[in-house]
Amino acid sequence: MSFSVSSRGDVCIVEVEGQLIVGNRQELKQKILDELEKGQRKVLVDFARTGYIDSSGLGVLVSLAKKMRDMGGDLRLANLNDDLQTLFELTKLDTLFQISETRERALENF
Amino acid sequence: MTARATPVEQRQLDVRIPSDVRYIDAIVEQVVLRCAAHSYSRRHLALNVPVALTEALSNAILRGNHEDASRSVHVRADVNASRLVMEVRDEGTGFDLEACTEDPTTPENVLREDGRGLFLMRRLMDRVERFSDGGNVVRLILNRA
Repeated sequence: MSFSVSSRGDVCIVEVEGQLIVGNRQELKQKILDELEKGQRKVLVDFARTGYIDSSGLGVLVSLAKKMRDMGGDLRLANLNDDLQTLFELTKLDTLFQISETRERALENF
Repeated sequence: MTARATPVEQRQLDVRIPSDVRYIDAIVEQVVLRCAAHSYSRRHLALNVPVALTEALSNAILRGNHEDASRSVHVRADVNASRLVMEVRDEGTGFDLEACTEDPTTPENVLREDGRGLFLMRRLMDRVERFSDGGNVVRLILNRA
């Protein structure tokens, strides 16, 4: 389980490798908060290499999305596989986030 | 005739882990391995089993045992071609499963950061039960078909 951070233009891209669960959610949160601290206001979380997400992981994404909106920023998601898409639909979090099928598509519209 | 040892993925899982969320991944991997050996669906292996079991384990570690190092979590998983039965036992006082009915998908709740764990267990398993037998037990049942 790890997170890698890169940037494309003014968008910060965070890639989640492995699971996003109770054991590592704080690490993701801190990485994105660090980017906010640096002045970053557009964050794209890429799930192309993500296994599964639990309720704690979902909660962190909600928390970060709210914080970013409060600060005039935006947190968007990309590359959810069918299972992750189902998870977001079950919890209705697909209505909360802008979700793109690919990283490139997300970046085009960000 | 020499008796052959049963392959690990065909054995019932019966382990105790410390009250530490870092153990969750390894337990989930062991249960998924056993389900894969019985040809559970890709969706079951990638979503239903790992998410529901992670929820039960994190509840036991964080809420049941309060991450107390002196307390352990007992995990059993019995898998066959028909169904998966998982039991997660902590040393807490338990909770009223029937009273936990809040829907995290309503407009007023969807922005909450918590409150999705039990909901996900119920949606991803065929049955969720809770009982006490000297500890607080959550039993998750998933039918293979």
